[in-house]
Amino acid sequence: ILPCESDFPSIFIYGHTSSGKTYVMQTLLNTLQLPHVFVNCVEYFTSRLLLEEILMQLQSCCSEREQTSHVHCDTFNDFVRLFKQAVVSRELEDQTLYIVLDRAEQLREMEANILPAFLRLQELTDRNVTVVLLSEIVWELFRPSIGCFEPFTLYFPDYSIGHLQKILSQNHPPEYSADFYAAYINILLGVFYMVCRDLKELQHLAALNFSKYCEPVVRGEANERDTRKLWKNIEPHLKKAMHTVYLREISSSQWESLQRDDGEPGQLKGLSAHTHVELPYYSKFLLIAAYLASYNPVRTDKRFFLKHHGKIRKTNFMKKHEKTSNHLLGPKPFPLDRLLAILYSIVDNRVAPTANIFSQITSLVTLQLLSMVGHNDQLDGPRYKCTVSLDFIRAIAR
Amino acid sequence: MASDQIRNKGVNVTDHDLTFRSLSEVLQNNITPYIALLEAKDCPGIKNLMQKLMGQLMNCYIDVDSSEDEDYVQVSHNRIRCSMTSLINWYEHVTKKPDSETPSKKRTSSSRHWQSPPVVVVFKDMESFSTKVLQDFIVISSQHIHELPLVLIFGIATSPMIIHSLLPHFVSSLLCIELFQSLSCKDHLSTIIDKLLLRASFPFKLGEKVLQVLINIFLYHDFSVQNFIKGFQLCIVEHFCSQPVSVLCCQLVDAKKRADSLSHDQCENIRKLPSFRRYVESQVSEKQIALLTVDTYLKEITQKLLEDLHVYHENYLSVLRCLHVFTSFLPKYPLGKQIRELYCACLENQVWETEEYESSLQLARMLNKSDLVTMLQQCVEIFVSSSGKEFDNTVEKLKEFLTQFQKLEEEAFQEQDVSVSSQKELQKKTDLYHLQKTLLELKESRRSKKLTKFEMLRFEVVDYIDSLVRNYLVPANHKTLHEIMYFNTASVLREHLNAAPRIALHTALNNPYRYLKAFSTVVMGAEGPNADAASSDQVDDIIHARFIRAVSELELLGFIKPSKQKTDHVARLTWGGC
Repeated sequence: ILPCESDFPSIFIYGHTSSGKTYVMQTLLNTLQLPHVFVNCVEYFTSRLLLEEILMQLQSCCSEREQTSHVHCDTFNDFVRLFKQAVVSRELEDQTLYIVLDRAEQLREMEANILPAFLRLQELTDRNVTVVLLSEIVWELFRPSIGCFEPFTLYFPDYSIGHLQKILSQNHPPEYSADFYAAYINILLGVFYMVCRDLKELQHLAALNFSKYCEPVVRGEANERDTRKLWKNIEPHLKKAMHTVYLREISSSQWESLQRDDGEPGQLKGLSAHTHVELPYYSKFLLIAAYLASYNPVRTDKRFFLKHHGKIRKTNFMKKHEKTSNHLLGPKPFPLDRLLAILYSIVDNRVAPTANIFSQITSLVTLQLLSMVGHNDQLDGPRYKCTVSLDFIRAIAR
Repeated sequence: MASDQIRNKGVNVTDHDLTFRSLSEVLQNNITPYIALLEAKDCPGIKNLMQKLMGQLMNCYIDVDSSEDEDYVQVSHNRIRCSMTSLINWYEHVTKKPDSETPSKKRTSSSRHWQSPPVVVVFKDMESFSTKVLQDFIVISSQHIHELPLVLIFGIATSPMIIHSLLPHFVSSLLCIELFQSLSCKDHLSTIIDKLLLRASFPFKLGEKVLQVLINIFLYHDFSVQNFIKGFQLCIVEHFCSQPVSVLCCQLVDAKKRADSLSHDQCENIRKLPSFRRYVESQVSEKQIALLTVDTYLKEITQKLLEDLHVYHENYLSVLRCLHVFTSFLPKYPLGKQIRELYCACLENQVWETEEYESSLQLARMLNKSDLVTMLQQCVEIFVSSSGKEFDNTVEKLKEFLTQFQKLEEEAFQEQDVSVSSQKELQKKTDLYHLQKTLLELKESRRSKKLTKFEMLRFEVVDYIDSLVRNYLVPANHKTLHEIMYFNTASVLREHLNAAPRIALHTALNNPYRYLKAFSTVVMGAEGPNADAASSDQVDDIIHARFIRAVSELELLGFIKPSKQKTDHVARLTWGGC
């Protein structure tokens, strides 16, 4: 990006996660000492907060003063006026001011005039200002329906494997040589590049596994150039780590303490080991009944749950629609009475219709195992839908 | 990376409030004074979350930050912008304070020693939060983690996998997660039963049926310890209200004093108790007459019987624990894994007549040595810690068993030589006929072999434990005057606890007059303490009119309709939603 930006009133930069957009912008602006305002749109979630923050940063932008007085700004009109005043008072008229809005997709959620106004800011304020929008989403999804000034779009591509290698190798700890670390990164990328190309994730993995890689050198069994031994040591470890690449199973501090104690990795159970949910007896039956009610069509109820059922004649309609399995279509809503009827028929002993059963249904909804469908003012009967999968039900039914 | 901890709780949603409050108290006392508790129903959006958070942290009232109807001309210093920057400024302001204070001021908490105590935010019910709110909050706070050290605690009722379903990858990668699991609710239940019922210091005890009802509600319905406690409190209230002799259910010293001062009516009550009648029939005829007529003699006997009951309880509990230790080593737990199951089994009938007891004795006769030794040691500890001299003999006997087991170890080496020599015989070369003969002889000798010393000792131990059980674990029904201590009317409890709303409404609607009375008490209670009006039996006319109007409105809305039975009675129309 070249400094002569006054031709472009607005720039839109997009790229995948961790393709370096924010980092590049910040380093560039800081290194070239350009006057800029950097704002994250997620943090200032209303337009008022956003505009006030821009003005406040502008106040402290080129001056050494730390005290910033509170600025009031409600509408974009006020913002334009105050902005003009601020630029004049900071004597920035001959320089281009940059306003960088990170996570710009949040701008779409704010009032409808914010995004088009920012894109035309240069025209509205009649000053040298460029608005840079950083986002992960393509411009086509941003375009408001009323039309706006099209920004200059710039795409940041993902890093290739060579780039990743270079970037990761720069973080080597000072005790070891750069070559040693580069060899380690090579191995790491070879294993993980197929699965994961996210720079942040790879950095995390590199940091986690490096101490295990260095173990033979630390113990004195091998020196830095013994690549075969190092590979043999680290290979099963990396294979195990592959299973949990994107999941934050255990925290890095726990991992480090584990390495220090040299304990068995199997002892420390990560998040995915705890999948079992303890439910009271009737709640389990309620959930199973809900699952059956969601996934079985109504006409089969009579057949499954009554002792003397007749045969169900297949009509033409049913023959056409038999192909789609209900599991693929997702759960269907069912009324409360049907749930209770199924419950009474699957529980062996008599269940008294006490208030406890009803309150259990509500707590299952709170736990998001069931979900309520329909409006709250439908007094006739609430309808529910079962939101858990077949594996979960099987685990409970044991 | 932000720091975050997860607490895995159980399904009993009602109990979590207390747990979180006690957790925040502990944290406040030891680590940091800045704690905020957040619930999902208060935080539908990120703005409300920030408002709530700042309100709790700053202990001040924040006006709702609505942009529609406010006057921006006047700026009151109470209105604080609820954004992260103001939170950070506040935090810096607050943590800078300790430097300027003189050391003579009181140090309330050890957090003063920390330069920057972390801010703890507790999300009480994680599953109910909307994902957008959580994501935004975590992203925002991770940007400022250096200025504002934040620790998040998530209360999870189902399983930690919900973190993966609630938070997308880019958010959960910002968190450093550690998992903490609280005790399962069944453990809590066992602790409560242990502390309340299995102590000799509390004279009130529950009968078997009642205990079963409470445990069933816990296990089958809601896993809620608070409900169990409420049920228990209900039992206490019922017992003391409905049973007139429960005046003697207190500590032994007080009970004796009260027994001295019983009135004649109360003595009659005691005479009517079925267990007392059984006792009277077992006495000699002169004593019978004396018991039934002379009050002073009755009081003496009552005091003696109360003391007996007290001693019985103490012994019962020690032997019960010993039996539990014994059966917890057996495979498949015939008498139940937890002490409460054993307690229920022993309460209802003579446990030594049950099949499970037989099978557990048989299994015990096959235990191995190390298990037996551990078990005996634990029993010794239990009996040593029980008060009174009753169990001194028992302790002696058990210690004797232990020393005998130790002696056996030394003798075991000698026995090995005998078996080795028989092995050597087999290995010599023989032909088929001789081999058959030797094997048959070995089998014979094994059948008629005397039991080894270890096996004999094992038999002795098991028989001794059996005798203890038969002596001391007599069910309470067989003891006289047990009705004083034990509450056993399970039907009353069931009625109160298992609310069946449909039945209640049905009975109410069939007899509207009762409903009217209830309506009037509710209305008058809501309108303020008009104590004079409340005491009158006749229902106020205005309230009567209101009731009739309410009924006709319900009829108009279609909820009820007049039934054909009587002029006044109405029937309920809609059954959904209860």
